[in-house]
Amino acid sequence: MQVQNWSTFRFTFTFLSAAVATVVVVPIVYLVLKATQAQPDKILDLVWNARNVYLFLNTVFLAGGVLFLTTLIAFPLAWVITRTDLRFKAAFTLMSVLPLAIPGYMLAYTLMGLTGANGSLALSLGLEIPRLGGYWGALLAISLYTFPYMFLNLKSGLAGLDPSLEEAAQTFGYSKLQVISKIVIPQLKPSFWAGTLIIGLYVLGDFGAVSLMRFETFSYALFLQYSASYDRIYAAWLALLMLSVTGVILVAEYKLLKGVRLHRTSVGAARSFKPEPLGKSAPFVYSGLVILHFISVIVPVSTILFWWLRLKDMGVVLGWSQALIASLSASIPSALLASFLAVPVAYMMVRKSNRFVRVFERFVWLGYSIPPLALSLAFIFFTLSAAPWLYHTLALLIIAYSVHFMAEALGPIRTALYQSSPRLEEAARSLGASHWRSFFSITMPLLRNSMVAGAAFVFLSSMKELPMAYILAPIGFETLSVNVWSYTNEAMFAHAAPYALTILSVSGVFVSVLFSKEWRSL
Amino acid sequence: MKNLIKSFLLAIFAFSQCTQAPQDATLTIYSGRSKALVEPLVQKFTEQTGIKVEVKYGGTTQLAIALLEEGAQTPADIFWAQDAGALGALGNAGLLNTLSDELSGLVGSEFVNPGKTWLATSGRGRVLAYSKVRADTLNLPTSVFDLTDPKYKGKVAWAPTNGSFQAFVSAMIEIHGIDSTKTWLSAMRDNGAVAYANNNAIIEGIAAGEADYGITNHYYLLRSLSADPNFPVAQTFFSINDVGNMLNVAGVGILSSTKKNDLAEQFVSFLLSLDAQKYIATDVFEYPVIALDSASAPIQNARSLAPKVDLERISDLEATIELLRELGLL
Repeated sequence: MQVQNWSTFRFTFTFLSAAVATVVVVPIVYLVLKATQAQPDKILDLVWNARNVYLFLNTVFLAGGVLFLTTLIAFPLAWVITRTDLRFKAAFTLMSVLPLAIPGYMLAYTLMGLTGANGSLALSLGLEIPRLGGYWGALLAISLYTFPYMFLNLKSGLAGLDPSLEEAAQTFGYSKLQVISKIVIPQLKPSFWAGTLIIGLYVLGDFGAVSLMRFETFSYALFLQYSASYDRIYAAWLALLMLSVTGVILVAEYKLLKGVRLHRTSVGAARSFKPEPLGKSAPFVYSGLVILHFISVIVPVSTILFWWLRLKDMGVVLGWSQALIASLSASIPSALLASFLAVPVAYMMVRKSNRFVRVFERFVWLGYSIPPLALSLAFIFFTLSAAPWLYHTLALLIIAYSVHFMAEALGPIRTALYQSSPRLEEAARSLGASHWRSFFSITMPLLRNSMVAGAAFVFLSSMKELPMAYILAPIGFETLSVNVWSYTNEAMFAHAAPYALTILSVSGVFVSVLFSKEWRSL
Repeated sequence: MKNLIKSFLLAIFAFSQCTQAPQDATLTIYSGRSKALVEPLVQKFTEQTGIKVEVKYGGTTQLAIALLEEGAQTPADIFWAQDAGALGALGNAGLLNTLSDELSGLVGSEFVNPGKTWLATSGRGRVLAYSKVRADTLNLPTSVFDLTDPKYKGKVAWAPTNGSFQAFVSAMIEIHGIDSTKTWLSAMRDNGAVAYANNNAIIEGIAAGEADYGITNHYYLLRSLSADPNFPVAQTFFSINDVGNMLNVAGVGILSSTKKNDLAEQFVSFLLSLDAQKYIATDVFEYPVIALDSASAPIQNARSLAPKVDLERISDLEATIELLRELGLL
């Protein structure tokens, strides 16, 4: 009975992970098919040229800078929220997640609109500073809307630590800083790498903010190949090049995480941390938090509001409710599906050392770094040739979203699994519980918070996503983000404002609901 | 839990099934033009004819690439594009129907491509935008070739990655030849021209004090000014027939896979009607492609400043892209 139980359990989990990996493989196969149609001499010309090397180096510098800055913001932020007696924790957490709800190019627009000779700072306060742009502009804009990824990953990492280790270190005479550098930071490895991967891959793929800030990265080359030449063959080469860079990073991370074990091995359960008093540092902490949230949330939101106020008939918002329903009906199922499917993938990676099975998890990250336009074309190609009834359906959009964004849910869930001990499941099974039962009654409850965080990430990303939102969606299905983009593209910022604000407030509400259970315990 | 997941997947499937019910007397349009401009016209068309219209809005280039990928299986009857290049790419791939003579006769021959697979629905002019504060407004350049003068070093904004700019370069190649174009492009680059992502970014850049002049499309500033009359940027044309005044077009083509060619032609001819063209001129601030009455005379006048350029030429960007790449501008 036990054995059969285990095999159906393993079969189901392997099957689900393999299914996810297959959906990722589909677009890669498409890209390879396209790439083989190329002429070798042209590949050299269009792909392996000096300009692309320059663009690639730009990308690396930008990614490095963004990772540094986001860690600098996110680590102290996660620390004060999980470990200290900070007040209004729920509000600060919500504010630290909200930047994810602002489309990147909107944030870039608002930052640029703030500075420069005609910027709102110059017009309202007479404070004329050069307009943000180039490397520093891109660095600031991207860091401001990606630091929440690092923050939430580190926060769930910190919350899951066992205080007894740090106490033991202190009794051995370690100073506070030594405890952090020798005990805490090494244990945060999986969460840090998860955040790093997400942010690094994000920078690799971002086009909106970097193009507005006039900083050219590798995604420029890809964009130009598609949009200036209407070419899908050499664009496929560039996309595959991007994927192989991701591949290298993934292999490196895999090596770094090999053999990591963070759960408690001795008897007993971990206590929760006693909040440390902020004491004299309180004024700095509070003012730091206020400044951060002012720049990353208040400034963009008030700029968008300001645009809206310029509209003469601001009451009339064309098709607002349909857009809202469209966005929700794509984003909520994607968030739930991605978060649920990430569980078997992460479980097989963390718990089962079988190489073949562990590899599926890497595919999820690969799926995250397939450029969305290439992904859309691949889905067009495969649905039209194999399952035309699926084309232009909401189901297809949801599948595309959940697979593309699953990596965002995977990080927190993976960290939680690293931190929960397999001994508990084993104990349950030794008492006669089936694999299914031990998984659902022991493991799942421990994963709840991280699944919530994962679903929140996917929801926020789906809400602002383009261009899959208009290429793969049913005809006439216009999400909020399609409306925002459509108006900003014509420089009609005032008309775009209400849709952008709706994305923000709906995201705020959704995140609050998801986290409400966790926040009651803060 | 298993049941929950199962019923959830079933629900998604059921929901997706009801959103794809087929409809008959319905036209499907892929529109690279934004909803704000298209929606009022579509509503009017449906009111007049009773023909329902479904629109998929998106970026012109992304939709064009999606159409190339869909091929004959596309549900689209009509593609309405922001620029000539996208229509040219579809035409070259054999995805567009030949328009009837009746339809293509509605506009002047300069607004139909020689293969008669697509036609222009409005003109988008190239202009010189300049700062009201910092530009030398009494001595504005009269030709786009003047901008390579040391006087303009580091002061001119352009958008080499943008489709409208690339169409303008194609026009320059046609009128002045590839060598002069190359010389101009590299002189501009060496003169420190500031690159922006798109036409509106150029205008915002001038307002922000990063550049004093810019070569851009005409309507973005008109829209900015209608929202904020104090916006510190103005625009003008170069002298008559200068390539800097060239007229880009937005246009429309009918997909060759359509089963509703008659309805589609009806829609295209509606776009060329007096009402629709008036709306395009007064509300969208673009140039009409048919003769309008005196109310829109200034716009007609601007059209006469533009050099004559073959539509086929500006829709084929290959030589242009190659040149821009060679000069390191792409």
